[in-house]
Amino acid sequence: MTSDKTDVWQGTLAVMVLKTLETMGPLHGYGIARRIEQTSGDLLSVNYGTLYPALLKLEQEGYVASEWGVSDNNRKAKFYKLTRAGRRQLEKEAREWDQATAILARFLAPGEERS
Amino acid sequence: MRRLRAWFFRLRGLFNRDRRDGEFASEIETHLQLHIDDNLRAGMTPAEARRNALIKLGGVQQTKESYRDQKGLPMIETTLQDLRFGFRMLRRSPGFSLLAILCLTLGIGANAAVFSWIEGILFRPYPAVTHQERLVAVGGTARGEARGNPLSWPDFLDLQRSCTLCETLFVSKIKGTTLSLGDRAERTIGSIVSANYFDAIGVHPILGRGFEPGEDVGRNAHPVTVISYQLWQGRFKGDPQIVGKTQRLNGVVHTIVGVAPEGFLGTFVGWGMQFWVPASMEETFEAGGYKLEDRGARWIESYVRLKPGVSLEQAQQEISSVAKRLEADYPDTNRSRGIKLWPLWQTPFNNAGTLLPTLEIMLAVVAFVLLIACANVGNLLLVRSFARRHEMTVRLAIGAGPGRLLKQLLTEGLILSALGAAGGLFVAYWCRHALVLLFPARAGVAMHLPGEIDWRVLALSAGVCLITTLLVGLVPAIQAGKIDLAGALKADSGGAVGGRGKSRVRSGLVLVQVSLSFVLLVGAGLLLQSLQRIRTASPGFSTHGVLYTAVDLVSAGYTAQRAQSLQDELIDRVKALPGVESATFARMTPMSYGSYSETLIAVDGYQPPPEEQPTVQYNEVGPDYFVTMGIPLVAGRAFTRADDERAALVAVVNETMAAQYWRGRNPIGERVQVKGRWMQVVGVAKDSKYQSVRETPKPFFYVSRRQNFSIGAGLHIRTPLSPETIATELAREVHALDGNLAPYEVITLQEQVDRSTSPQMVAVTLVGVLGGLALLLAAIGLYGVMSYAVSQSTRELGLRMALGAGASNLMRLVMSRGLVLTAGGVLLGAAVSLGLTRLLGNLLYQVSPRDPLAFGSALVVMTIVSLAACFLPAWRAARTDPARALRD
Repeated sequence: MTSDKTDVWQGTLAVMVLKTLETMGPLHGYGIARRIEQTSGDLLSVNYGTLYPALLKLEQEGYVASEWGVSDNNRKAKFYKLTRAGRRQLEKEAREWDQATAILARFLAPGEERS
Repeated sequence: MRRLRAWFFRLRGLFNRDRRDGEFASEIETHLQLHIDDNLRAGMTPAEARRNALIKLGGVQQTKESYRDQKGLPMIETTLQDLRFGFRMLRRSPGFSLLAILCLTLGIGANAAVFSWIEGILFRPYPAVTHQERLVAVGGTARGEARGNPLSWPDFLDLQRSCTLCETLFVSKIKGTTLSLGDRAERTIGSIVSANYFDAIGVHPILGRGFEPGEDVGRNAHPVTVISYQLWQGRFKGDPQIVGKTQRLNGVVHTIVGVAPEGFLGTFVGWGMQFWVPASMEETFEAGGYKLEDRGARWIESYVRLKPGVSLEQAQQEISSVAKRLEADYPDTNRSRGIKLWPLWQTPFNNAGTLLPTLEIMLAVVAFVLLIACANVGNLLLVRSFARRHEMTVRLAIGAGPGRLLKQLLTEGLILSALGAAGGLFVAYWCRHALVLLFPARAGVAMHLPGEIDWRVLALSAGVCLITTLLVGLVPAIQAGKIDLAGALKADSGGAVGGRGKSRVRSGLVLVQVSLSFVLLVGAGLLLQSLQRIRTASPGFSTHGVLYTAVDLVSAGYTAQRAQSLQDELIDRVKALPGVESATFARMTPMSYGSYSETLIAVDGYQPPPEEQPTVQYNEVGPDYFVTMGIPLVAGRAFTRADDERAALVAVVNETMAAQYWRGRNPIGERVQVKGRWMQVVGVAKDSKYQSVRETPKPFFYVSRRQNFSIGAGLHIRTPLSPETIATELAREVHALDGNLAPYEVITLQEQVDRSTSPQMVAVTLVGVLGGLALLLAAIGLYGVMSYAVSQSTRELGLRMALGAGASNLMRLVMSRGLVLTAGGVLLGAAVSLGLTRLLGNLLYQVSPRDPLAFGSALVVMTIVSLAACFLPAWRAARTDPARALRD
């Protein structure tokens, strides 16, 4: 049931897309959506529709590039791939995310008094 | 950087949208296909597979919509939409659009024109002169006098040496001159300037050079001149070899050393200069001899450019301390004399000062006209917004937010006011030379009072345009905000003539219009009355039957002796002309631009207070002066031919002077010291006006011209004949005496007085024209409201008629409603006027700002106009066909 699943919020969707493209290489929109769902262990439900404006924004910012190609089962599809700028951006976002979670984790750690 | 790149892409996304939309559609299509393939593989039926894929994708339209928003810039896109739609709406009702744009064109155009005049006359009056924002005028002050006086050349030099906060000081004194080339002579206007003039104002001659340091030193030492581009093109046909050639100015040969650039007209508001000469040549152009070494001779007009960042107050402090020092060092000439700075727009010695009060008033007047125009357009838009209620309701119903509607309406307002502003700037451009036309025409050199349309004027006009947009667009917008969906679904039933609700807004607007135009009417009435008072006020001398002219002997190179004998002979010949009663020469004619002689006086038995230096102006007049001018003598005698060089020195004082310095004693037979010489008072003349009709009585006296001779003088002739008749006769007599001479134009003294009151004339004309415009706009507004009310209430009118009301009843109903509106507006306007007319200040002359006649006539005009405006709607109401009105 979808009610158990967490909706993907905008900012993080971009990072997920970038990460997906880094691990999987060039991929079409549908592929990206499925991959995100699988990676999250089906805990996240991507409303596939929201993916496309996000992809367009990333493309406008120059983090991904797109190209029409042919899918595994012979369908004409638009493939997205990570650009060099996108790779750098992903590293930066990952670093920031680590920092943010580390700080939060310290706050939320049980029983530990701040001194 | 990234964001910029994204914006660029989005901006690009505004174009070729169809192709991009198509591309996205096929991407979505692929997505669905891939998903369906997967679902089929997972064992779903085709229908189920498709349904599942669609659900997972979410709303396709929503996705497309948000994709499109990301792709382009929705704000710009909707603005473009609004613009397109706005233009379509305007095209659909061309009559409305034209009327609205015309109203705004007049409103904004009047503003832009006044802005351009203010810019061109007060703030940036001197084309091609650099850094005018730091330029200020310098003049002298005498204790107890508010007006600015000229400075003397030695004072100027001292100021130049000791002012550390001034970047430069320079002199520019306007002079009318006879320019002769070959045998052709004509009147022209030029400036006597200090040698640093061209460097100081940052103007570089296009040919030759400006003046060199030292060229303003030495008596008549440097007969050189720089000529204007206009003169170079006109008189010299653009001769490229002009530098080094000569021309005669006032009979003295001057070498042309340079040509000023095109468009540079010197530094005097009102006239364009044709040539410039260094101050060393002063004696050739100024009456009264060589003045460069005389600290008591005050004749120059000068300007200062302040150093950057120096305020007027700081500079004034420094200059005041210099003036204090001069007072201490030269008590004979400088006691109780100050030196003062004026911002350019208050320059006391050119037309900036005279036009300032008029232009200030104009600023308020055009703001009124704009408000009235806005009220008119707001009203028109309001009517249309009722007609468009259906459209607005539909827009709201299908999801447009109130913000979106507001934006749409403001965009339409913007289109209207932008078109109005464009038309307005055109009007301003067309009117930029109109001010000159309002001044009475005079022979000789034409006046030059240009409007200047620069970026500051454009920016201000754009500001006005935006304000207009808000004023005009907001009225229907507020109305649109009040639409309630449920209410709007109900059928619109016809209102009543006196109906409340939305008609209140429109009536309010008309009320504002009527009251504003009433204020303008009152203002115009007051100014008109002042002008009439000024024109009919007795200046203390006869204005009818006395003619004034002059023969320029200075320019013709006459010596004092030759001049005197020629003038004597001319007077005899003129007196012998048929119809001439008397004639006389006098150095100054009243109300002219020149300045009277001025002297420190001493009077036997009068002990001035320690701080006061009794200084009095006087005129050098010939025998018969008082008879010719019609100035009565109250005691003693007038001058005669016997009062000449060999006789005892004599003077005639006016009543005020007699009262002030002799305190009830009889001045006749007493002595007065004038420029160091003692004179005997032989007569007392009645007070009259000397420089302006508006001046208060002041001490003044006359001396005999023969005992105080100077060549320059005006000829006054008492005769019932017309100026034209005398002009021909006079020309013949002058020509008989000297074939090279020709008299100036002959005018009546009334004409002379009229010319001196031209600022009032300009104010009256401008306020009158704009007041008329405002009245017309208000009448259109009133007419619009009344005829709309009638058209909206045909049902009610029909009913009344069916129940027995006659045509005259209905007519009275409509008329009375219009008159109630008018009465409200007039009351409001009268209240505002009582507060505002004081601001007319010194443009009013012997008229109270609450003058009942002005208020009364404004009321009458307003009533007549509103009766006319209401008549047509009322007549239409009276012709309502009851059967049809009730059936429809």
